[in-house]
Amino acid sequence: MNFLLSLEQKMLQDAVERAARDVCPLQELHRHVDHADLTLRKRAWETLAAMEVAGLCVDEAHGGSGYDLVDAALVTEVLGYNAVPSAFLGHTLAVLAIQASQDEGLKQTWLPGLAKGELVGTVALREPDKGWYPDDWSMRPEAGRLSGAKSFVLDAGEADCIIVGLADGQLGLVEGRTGGVQCTPLDGVDRTRALFDVVFAGAQVHPLPAAKDAGTRLADAASVLIAADAFGGGRRAVDMAVEYANQREQFGVKIGQFQALKHQLANMATRMEMSRGLYWYAAYAFDHRPLERGHAASLAKAHVTEQFLQVARDAVEAHGGIGFTWDYHIHVWLKRAMFDWAWNGDPKFHRERYARLSDWQ
Amino acid sequence: MDLNYSPQYEEFRLEVREFLAENWARPAGLDRDARAAVEKAFRNKAIQAGYLYRNVPREYGGSGQEPDVLRAQIIREEFRQARAPVELHQNGVQLLVPTLLEHGQPWQKEAFIPKTIAGEYFWAQGYSEPGSGSDLASVRTRGEIVGDEWVINGQKIWSTGAQYCQYMFALIRTEPDKPKHEGISYLLIDLRQPGISVRPLKQITGRAEFCEVFFNDARTPSNWIVGQRGEGWKVSRSTLKFERSYIGGAERSTELFARLMELCRSARIDGEPALRNPAVRQRVAEISGALAAQRYSSYRQISMAANSEDAGIVNLMFKVFSTDIGQDIAKLARDLIQESFLLAPPDESNWRHAGFERWNNQFMGSLGLAIAGGTSNIQRNIIAERGLGLGREKKAGGEKA
Repeated sequence: MNFLLSLEQKMLQDAVERAARDVCPLQELHRHVDHADLTLRKRAWETLAAMEVAGLCVDEAHGGSGYDLVDAALVTEVLGYNAVPSAFLGHTLAVLAIQASQDEGLKQTWLPGLAKGELVGTVALREPDKGWYPDDWSMRPEAGRLSGAKSFVLDAGEADCIIVGLADGQLGLVEGRTGGVQCTPLDGVDRTRALFDVVFAGAQVHPLPAAKDAGTRLADAASVLIAADAFGGGRRAVDMAVEYANQREQFGVKIGQFQALKHQLANMATRMEMSRGLYWYAAYAFDHRPLERGHAASLAKAHVTEQFLQVARDAVEAHGGIGFTWDYHIHVWLKRAMFDWAWNGDPKFHRERYARLSDWQ
Repeated sequence: MDLNYSPQYEEFRLEVREFLAENWARPAGLDRDARAAVEKAFRNKAIQAGYLYRNVPREYGGSGQEPDVLRAQIIREEFRQARAPVELHQNGVQLLVPTLLEHGQPWQKEAFIPKTIAGEYFWAQGYSEPGSGSDLASVRTRGEIVGDEWVINGQKIWSTGAQYCQYMFALIRTEPDKPKHEGISYLLIDLRQPGISVRPLKQITGRAEFCEVFFNDARTPSNWIVGQRGEGWKVSRSTLKFERSYIGGAERSTELFARLMELCRSARIDGEPALRNPAVRQRVAEISGALAAQRYSSYRQISMAANSEDAGIVNLMFKVFSTDIGQDIAKLARDLIQESFLLAPPDESNWRHAGFERWNNQFMGSLGLAIAGGTSNIQRNIIAERGLGLGREKKAGGEKA
């Protein structure tokens, strides 16, 4: 019984934290958010690739580090803390899907490049006006070709391969940026993530032969990583609010001395800190307790993203007027919280799923 | 990260299970006294086996085991599973014994710990006063040395079960000229004397779990003091720390949640079990999320303790967090019991025959947790100041609390 990070995991988080601070200071983040300047995104990805983080979950036989989902979640937490715009989330999910397939040829073709970060992957799960999980996937390949639409796909415009959710919870791989794949960028509320609507028009698709629940497993992985991101982002929102309360003076004293604000900050810190174990456990269950995987993923996704959204709102409020300006940076995390809340299923969806999985009659 | 126990601990778990299988069967059809005797005999065996009162040395009636949070956790889990008697839920056991172990003189430990553990001595807590709640260090109940005795005058309040207790551990102002934190002593007092009157305090639920205790030239021997004169505040800190972590444990929330699930299955909405109602499912799942957050945070806390690491700020958060869970459960139960909400909660004598109005006891009782052992609002100050490093507010009179 040891529910703690290993030294190696702590070092991984520290290394990514240092790199994230270096590559993504606030002024760079502003440039990215204000001007849709993609320099930061590109540099961030190069940095992660150079640290071998792009191949974190690729097995060693295919040129990666062979880590578990929990390690990817720990990295996601740090990227969320620093609001680093990067392809890591979709990429890692694509890697997990290919890694879990039984098609050795496909693995040989894709994994080494994905591991190096030379190739970028993503996942396309939700269909327009439908849900995110496999029950709502309806696309069926015909004679190796795929037609239909997916919405709110991360990074589709730059992806070399897109893992597509198919009918019956199966998965297929479509090569990105080729004929038959049209990606339309969306004006997303969160400018640190690039969202696209994707239309497949007779695109060539390779089925990913895998276990029956491959699609659900992939969606659960997405939920765990989003929960991790939300934990990191929420932690940052608390840190920023506390820091501000220790600087800003009104009535001749630091505003952090006022009990009303203290209580708000204490509640925010409590909401977030108590969420840590929940996302850890969801990642742990994904790796080690398959029977609890879905329960834990949905519970964590619902709870932690909801805490992040509330804490981000509270953090804006705690900053007063400056927090309401575009020029100040707290809104970046508020919008990431909005993304985390809605992407891959909102808390309502995940709570009902938890109730169903728990067999509440 | 590995939530499995190592083979050595799994072996220990089997040993505990075997012990329970051999020594514990829930007594059926016994009256109260007979049941108490069975439980007492079981506890003695469990102490002999090293499972209860692990931190209390054998010479004082405990089982004197090396500290090992994982073994302690396994014992808790297995005893709970078997619904076997655990350590007594009595303030003397939970609050005084650890204090005496840390600060008591050898004769005090010998005189008080074994009988307290054996359930022969019951202790009331004498901390709060009508004028000293959150500002506990302002206590005014006076103690003066006259000959070889303390003579005590004043009043305590919120003393749990004092009407059934023989003794009290109390914070008494003995050095009135010193600054407030340095003028308090930690005294032990025999409640069965003419100078003391105990009056049960009826609380909002209708029950009387607490008492007011009045001191009118009450007396206690001069050496019934724990620590030195004026050190009572410091001495009591170990007690209060213990009380807060005790209230914040995940077991209580888990038990309460199990009762909520029973209610969700038996209460009806539109002729169906409430648990099938979509809105109810949302709220139960929301509470499940908070409960799981608490449980896994406690796994981490236990793991850190096992590694002698300080879990830090999270230790300060358990009480507020679990209190909030209790209140969310209370609100959901309120919505499910419908018109039973109009009925008075039953007292213990007709509890078994009562209906959903039983939940009114929890509805009101959950407020008590936000107040007892330090209010949630004071706890939020502590989180903000000690945990987040925010500055202290100037208190009236320029004093920093």
